[in-house]
Amino acid sequence: MREFRYERAADPASAVALLAAEPEGAFLGGGTNLVDLMKLGVATPDVLVDVRRLTSAEVAELPDGGLRIGAAVPNADLAADRRVRERFPVLSQALLAGASGQLRNRATTGGNLLQRTRCSYFTDVTRPCNKRSPGSGCGALQGVHRNHAVLGQTLEGPATCVATHPSDMAVALAALDAVIRVLGPDGEREVPMAELHRLPGDDATRDTTLRHGELVTAIDLPPLGMPSRYRKVRDRASFAFALVSIAAAVRVADGVVDDVRLAFGGVAHKPWRATTAEDALRGRPATEESFAAAADAELAAATPLRDNAFKVPLARNLVVRTLLQLTEGAR
Amino acid sequence: MTTVDRLVGAGVERIDGPAKVRGTAPYAYEQDPGEPICSVAVVQSTVNRGRITRLDPTAAEAMPGVLAVLTPANAPRLGEGLASDLPVLQSLDVHYQGQIVAAVVAESSEIAKAAVGAVAVEYAAHEPDVVLSTDRPDLYAPPQLMAGYETDSVIGDVEGALAAAAVTVDATYETPTQHNNPIEMHTSMARWDGDRLTLWDANQGPHNIVNDLMTAFGLERGQVRVISPYVGGAFGSKAFTHPNQILAAMAAKVVGRTVVFELTRQQMFCLVGHRTPTIQRVRLGADAEGRLTAISHEVVEHTSRISEFAEQTATPTRVLYAAPHRRTTHRLARLDVPPPTIMRAPGETPGMFALESAMDELAHSLGIDPVELRVRNEPERDPERDVPWSSRNLVACLRTGAERFGWAGRDLRPGVREDGRWLVGTGVAAATYPARRRKAECRITGHGDGRWTVEIDGSDIGTGAWTALTQISADALGVGLGAVELRIGDSDLPFAGGAGGSTGLASWGSAIVLTAREVRRQLDERYGGQLPADGIVVKGEVPGPSPHAEQYSMHAFGAHFVEVRVDRDTGEVRLPRASSVYAAGTIVNARTARSQFLGGFSMGVSMALHEGTIADERLGHYVNHDLAEYHVATNADIGDIDIHWLDEDDPYVNELGIKGIGEIGITGAAAAVANAYWHATGLRVRDLPITPDKYFRALGQG
Repeated sequence: MREFRYERAADPASAVALLAAEPEGAFLGGGTNLVDLMKLGVATPDVLVDVRRLTSAEVAELPDGGLRIGAAVPNADLAADRRVRERFPVLSQALLAGASGQLRNRATTGGNLLQRTRCSYFTDVTRPCNKRSPGSGCGALQGVHRNHAVLGQTLEGPATCVATHPSDMAVALAALDAVIRVLGPDGEREVPMAELHRLPGDDATRDTTLRHGELVTAIDLPPLGMPSRYRKVRDRASFAFALVSIAAAVRVADGVVDDVRLAFGGVAHKPWRATTAEDALRGRPATEESFAAAADAELAAATPLRDNAFKVPLARNLVVRTLLQLTEGAR
Repeated sequence: MTTVDRLVGAGVERIDGPAKVRGTAPYAYEQDPGEPICSVAVVQSTVNRGRITRLDPTAAEAMPGVLAVLTPANAPRLGEGLASDLPVLQSLDVHYQGQIVAAVVAESSEIAKAAVGAVAVEYAAHEPDVVLSTDRPDLYAPPQLMAGYETDSVIGDVEGALAAAAVTVDATYETPTQHNNPIEMHTSMARWDGDRLTLWDANQGPHNIVNDLMTAFGLERGQVRVISPYVGGAFGSKAFTHPNQILAAMAAKVVGRTVVFELTRQQMFCLVGHRTPTIQRVRLGADAEGRLTAISHEVVEHTSRISEFAEQTATPTRVLYAAPHRRTTHRLARLDVPPPTIMRAPGETPGMFALESAMDELAHSLGIDPVELRVRNEPERDPERDVPWSSRNLVACLRTGAERFGWAGRDLRPGVREDGRWLVGTGVAAATYPARRRKAECRITGHGDGRWTVEIDGSDIGTGAWTALTQISADALGVGLGAVELRIGDSDLPFAGGAGGSTGLASWGSAIVLTAREVRRQLDERYGGQLPADGIVVKGEVPGPSPHAEQYSMHAFGAHFVEVRVDRDTGEVRLPRASSVYAAGTIVNARTARSQFLGGFSMGVSMALHEGTIADERLGHYVNHDLAEYHVATNADIGDIDIHWLDEDDPYVNELGIKGIGEIGITGAAAAVANAYWHATGLRVRDLPITPDKYFRALGQG
């Protein structure tokens, strides 16, 4: 573990200024992922700027009926918030499907968004990994990859990467069209959730589109107005990362899909918003056949690896079953 | 002495419980040697087989706070005769990935770990050879198996009987590499006072560790003391010495200070052994009524280049069922893997998965209830040794378990029960584990004020031995619990074998009983039955195996019944309820025994559904080397488990009629789960663990 300096700032702007001047520094939130990575030698910041007390730890109402979640809200508090449970059950369920009670108490909303892949080749500095050490290769591509990505991977070249994004919460936020409020050296900006995370593309080292020094200050949830649900499939009943998870919301009028949101976890380098499936469903009858056809349309782009092809039928089944459950009584 | 009610059998609360809950029970890492403690961290090989061609410690040596960097070039020479990977830093040769190739001793663990990253090492390496298969040309028959079992057993004409059988099963089952994952890491704190070594250590038997330390450092008995009063869980990896203990002592000697070496969780996956993977072909032949005519169980497993660890996988098949024609074989491959070791019921656990799965497949082929099939093949005598049982109550366990579980009226057909999207099934399997007794010595001191001190180098690895041995002592001395002070977990105490092979209470308890008898005899003969004012000290022992062990076959038995639910959309598996019934002789402490049975069974469920260490075949390392990726069952995975045991009085096994319960709970449990999974889905998954991907594979969808 590299020695590091620990800093606190008086307010978010000074924290941003502090980190902007430290090219190898990092913000510290709950530390549930970053500190692990530092112990493993994967993350080697020379300065930690503690932002845990700088941003809001409150969930506030927005005028349009949405919610503004302070970046410092602990995952446990967010999951338990009555307004979240009533209006955005998909988010509460996703949070409760992640980590353990102790970790959820410690982890922040902003930090959860920015956690890094748990790919074993990434977390072990003695292995090849293009995300950690560009050009060293992707150990997982021909190695152990049962729980790696089936969509949007980079399968050749120096940025080859088949890692998945580990967050459950981010999958729900992707389905909810959340907006990430960011403070940077040049001021504030808003990043739509769909544009926050990225595919490995030609640079597997970057998980998000945030620039160095930018601080997540809050997450805005626009009103949903549809029933929603999160379902996570994993190797055991608790405390494991998703094999495949789904965040879904759907509204049916007169037996026809009026609006729908679908996002997958565990299948890609980012929370995978299933826009192809959504487009295929809007205006279609809310039937098992429509749901299956939409899932197939989305998953036609899948490029499974040697040992993870099961994720494709698993994702398909999750779409069908979750939409059937959400539309029960409305069909 | 006053007479009190018998304490053996009562559910006495753990006497070490309050100290553990308060955090005042010192584990190895928490010992206070009275001086600042240095830390050890290690550089590990990143290749599987080869030789170090360059090792440069200079940058690490220059770091502030680094006291020493030990390498094969400068490490003290250890004594001859250390086995396996115990000759730490004695050679430039590399035999497995993760082998210790250098060690840093520093003022703090942070400094030591940072310095590890500054040691440059280069290797000339071979491609790793880590894949076990049945068609390897280098498979060989070891001279014998662990615990002295014969490698093969052949009775009659198996091939002829199979050819003539009305019904046969021929199936191959695979179990993965598994790792012991006690909560407490393997930890050793070492201190030298002149030529005397003290090691506070996490192990399953201090005397087991002493011998290797004597060999390593050329010491006499009495110059080494290993102290281990509290151990944070152990399933076999802490039974024998591993490189960490030798290295801790070496480091302390070099720097002349107390040092502590605590493995990281990742290091637990290469430095302290693992359960070998197995590939097992089981063939069964039966007549139309389900009477077995032939049993064949052929095992392929691995060992390392530098050790021969021949696990006794098919040995339960030698005792469980009657059949005139029978064969068991074991073949090993030497791979570029760390030395395998014991993990809870080594051999019996993977072996029983295969045998008891095959019995379920046979029951289906015959259209016979799987409980009834087992009852029909109950042997009157040990079917291979041809001696009577000291006691055997498998049928009673099956009958009782069936009743408690509600087995009657079970539909034999697979894949026909639904509850919403859940496919529902039930399964059964037998359990068995040998009952053994080992040599143990004991010293009992009667103090003039009526207090008694009972001393024996037994171990409490979380099992409840502190409490159970105190109960046994109190009964044997005819006093109350409060009058007994027990001392265990220290190699300066009278000799005892470690906690392993489910022999602990059978051996240590017997030694206590025999010594207490001698106490009573001396009191009666010399002191008129009264404890003299200046006290009394009596030594005793149990010499080894039961004198009846040659004439009788001695085993505990049990039966597991489980309900399994499989989500038809996702392949997720849940285990809402189970009943396990055991016939395991005398149960000393009803509370801690239930915990042992429950823990063993849960570990079997974990094996069935979750556990498996995965090697990267090209890079040669274990990939899922932490608790985030090596999945152990969580509380949410274990449903309502009904634990029950039968009264069983076995006069032959030992002085207390104890058969040992540390391991039987895991045997057969994985088969019961896999059998229920088949009953739920109609899908037979023969390679563990049964994870959701295998559901789709079995359906031809992945």
